[in-house]
Amino acid sequence: MKNWLLLMSFFVSFAIHADDNNSYLPKAKAGTKCVEDRQIMRTNHMDLILHQRDKTMRDGKRDGRHSLKECINCHVTKNDKNEYPNIDSSQHFCNSCHTYVAVKTDCFSCHRSIPENKQVKK
Amino acid sequence: MNKLNRREFIKKTTNTAAISILPGVFLQTVNAKGADVKNRWGMLIDTRGCGDCKNECITACHSEHAVKSFDRPQTDSQWIRKVTVKNRKTSHTMALPIMCQHCEKPACVDVCPTGASFKRVDGIVLVDRHICIGCRYCMMACPYKARNFVHENLSEQNTISPRGKGTVEACTMCVHRIDKDGAKAKTACQQACPKNSIIFGDLNDKNSGISKKLKAMGARQIRADLNLNPAVLYQGLDL
Repeated sequence: MKNWLLLMSFFVSFAIHADDNNSYLPKAKAGTKCVEDRQIMRTNHMDLILHQRDKTMRDGKRDGRHSLKECINCHVTKNDKNEYPNIDSSQHFCNSCHTYVAVKTDCFSCHRSIPENKQVKK
Repeated sequence: MNKLNRREFIKKTTNTAAISILPGVFLQTVNAKGADVKNRWGMLIDTRGCGDCKNECITACHSEHAVKSFDRPQTDSQWIRKVTVKNRKTSHTMALPIMCQHCEKPACVDVCPTGASFKRVDGIVLVDRHICIGCRYCMMACPYKARNFVHENLSEQNTISPRGKGTVEACTMCVHRIDKDGAKAKTACQQACPKNSIIFGDLNDKNSGISKKLKAMGARQIRADLNLNPAVLYQGLDL
């Protein structure tokens, strides 16, 4: 039993750290630091933005730290063609990981998927 | 070793707890802007300037919220519509802009099966698109036909105004500006109107510009007979 647990924990930690070296995840804007620790964001980002969306929309409090807008402003950066990637592209920060884990995002049927005041080149 | 007695222990732990909690409480109160139950935001529109204008309010609204036409007039969203009415007896015509009237007793909120249509504490009526299922009951219920259903896939929305296919939308009274600037805010349509025919302000505040003008000159609500008490008031509606 103990050995089995040890083996499982090895696989879990491997799975968590494996993608650190993967190149598919686009880099965030240079010189910026995430509002939370990387592991917290990886496991809880959906809860953080879910909590803040109700505060923003229903209470009108727009000064929180965990806004989708700020995620996009930092994380969606230009690709190798000097263009902002489309949300369907694997070069888009959100989509790159969500395709990898096969979890569909529904945020961007309504929300802007690239930083404010920027254009997707076509 | 120093031994704490019960009283000292309680005192010290309470102090430590207070010191660690207080900054959080303080920050909360400083940052706690947003919708306030004291306010009732509204607009006063003088329609006497609307007849010969170039629909600047509509253009400004649609650019603020990235509402674009797909060249399908039957389904394109219209956050503001300019409606021309005619008195059959006198043949006198007049035009007025109609948007969400932000009713005190909104019919759209009454009929919404999911709670997506809601009224904020400051009177602004909005759609929570996260839970809107696109049933369009609210569109049927609204006596002003102020709501729109998004029929097309959208991209490059404005950050301040998320909107997408399969959900219902309407004028938000530029809620993002109100949350930022409060009573000093100006709506996009107000800013664009070349004749300054639109005034935005707090109907609950007796000293606000809109309240003073209402006191001096009066105004009317459209379909006041329905007793929904809209926050959008009109002057110059005489046909």
